[in-house]
Amino acid sequence: MVCAAASHVQCCDLPDMQMSAKLLSALPFEWAQYQFMQMALTGIVILAPLFAILGCLVISNQMAFFADAIGHSALTGIALGVLAGLHEPLWAMLVFAVMLAAAIAWLRHKQLAPADAVIGLVMSGTVALGIVLLSRQGGFHRYARYLVGDILTIAPADVRRVGALALGVVLLLAWQYNRIVLVILHRPLAASRGVCVWRTELLFTVLIAVSVTLSIAWMGLLVINSLLILPAAAARNLARSAAAYVLWAVAISLTSGIGGVIASYYLSSATGATIVLCALLLFGVSVVVRR
Amino acid sequence: MSGECATGARREMAVPASRVACGACCTMVEQLGVRIHGRTILENINLHVHCGELLTIIGPNGAGKTTLLRALINELPHSGRLRFSAIRDGRSVAQAVIGYVPQKLDIDRSMPVTVMELFAAAAGRRPVFFGVSRRVRETAIHNLEAVEAGQLADRPLGRLSGGELQRVMLALALAPKPDILLLDEPLASVDHAGVAAFYRTVAAVRAQRDMAVIMVSHNLAEAARIATRMVFLNRTIVCEGAPAEVLAHPLVQATFGTSAWRVEAT
Repeated sequence: MVCAAASHVQCCDLPDMQMSAKLLSALPFEWAQYQFMQMALTGIVILAPLFAILGCLVISNQMAFFADAIGHSALTGIALGVLAGLHEPLWAMLVFAVMLAAAIAWLRHKQLAPADAVIGLVMSGTVALGIVLLSRQGGFHRYARYLVGDILTIAPADVRRVGALALGVVLLLAWQYNRIVLVILHRPLAASRGVCVWRTELLFTVLIAVSVTLSIAWMGLLVINSLLILPAAAARNLARSAAAYVLWAVAISLTSGIGGVIASYYLSSATGATIVLCALLLFGVSVVVRR
Repeated sequence: MSGECATGARREMAVPASRVACGACCTMVEQLGVRIHGRTILENINLHVHCGELLTIIGPNGAGKTTLLRALINELPHSGRLRFSAIRDGRSVAQAVIGYVPQKLDIDRSMPVTVMELFAAAAGRRPVFFGVSRRVRETAIHNLEAVEAGQLADRPLGRLSGGELQRVMLALALAPKPDILLLDEPLASVDHAGVAAFYRTVAAVRAQRDMAVIMVSHNLAEAARIATRMVFLNRTIVCEGAPAEVLAHPLVQATFGTSAWRVEAT
């Protein structure tokens, strides 16, 4: 049972965590009393809006496949972190993902090779390299949690660290949002408005890499991409303006995130995958509503 | 006002007298060249355009017409440079505001964005999902009305017809007021009524706002009718001058046929 793994979570000692914990424990549900559920819900409320906004741009820019590749490359990042003897592979993953994102953005910019082919090569290459490095001494199972994710074991310190990074990404994204929209709509048009297309794409690519990497340990690299794509795809079915598009995506992402965490408690299932199924359900609803 | 501008003006004595020139600004393209993957697309392009002029660029397919415009807006890496000088509010200005109307059809129509949000995205950094400020809204409406498209302000981009989208792109290119307006075959897929409305608008804004217009065109008759000057481009500038002169040039006739442009005119 996944929930049992959460027993090691230490006490809330941070004031902001105490607040969200108090609010949740006031709810008349069994799950609301457990600290691991409180942390998981806080975590998902931080990540869901970030993924929704990013997703709105990702699916408009043929970047979905790229985001998937970044998720998979996290395995190599973890392996490099382990090789370097780091206790926590997050930083190694971040550095590796950012470097990879920059490399892919550069190849795209130079039009040196068809983007899909490059991304496909990078994806299979990094996954294979990651598995080889991590399984070398036996004991690959220790890293299996990165494949399916484990949001129920996150500690308050994790939530805080990821929350700070996520806030930074959202602020950068809001600052660059209009420029990214112009580049997506029409690159020459963006260039004529004084937007440096290459720099904007590089920043956007790096922001995707950071966001995906941040949440790998929580969501699992097998399903992380769906969390990016599904809420935005559903929102497209419902929205006619850019404002409504983002609002719908955030609402759908939050609903499926919170719903998925609670459902996984009752089903004792892996949380990331349960969230994705909730998002898929909402996507189905959006298709029906559009008709 | 630099010395080159005066020289340029002398060189272009053949330009029709109908052109409206403020005489205070000029755009010079110097030694522009573009190479992509080791292949030369454009080389040795020298152009000199005054405000009030309407320069049309004609040439065979693959001549580099679109590439030239994309180099001028700095989207493509290129050699050479674009120099601009003007006197604005009594001060000399070296940075041109460029308006650009792309070819139709290659805009991402599947993304939910309204016309108004497109203006807001181009106007500043306030994220479009926070709504459109009143200032941006008023400017956008004003510019849309100037191109007979005021009623399109809140329509999603994906639901505009070809002609409507082109007029919206023109309105966008006019905000803020450009010194140079670049039009890349803006009417390739627009219906007849749309073409007339578009040219009416271009003529009106050129007269009112005193800007240089550079337009790539496939329609020789139309290009000749509205241009003050014409350039025949084929990897480099083959010839330039008054439209009638350019169309009479042997190389132009060899490319398009001796009577091609008259046939298209009917």
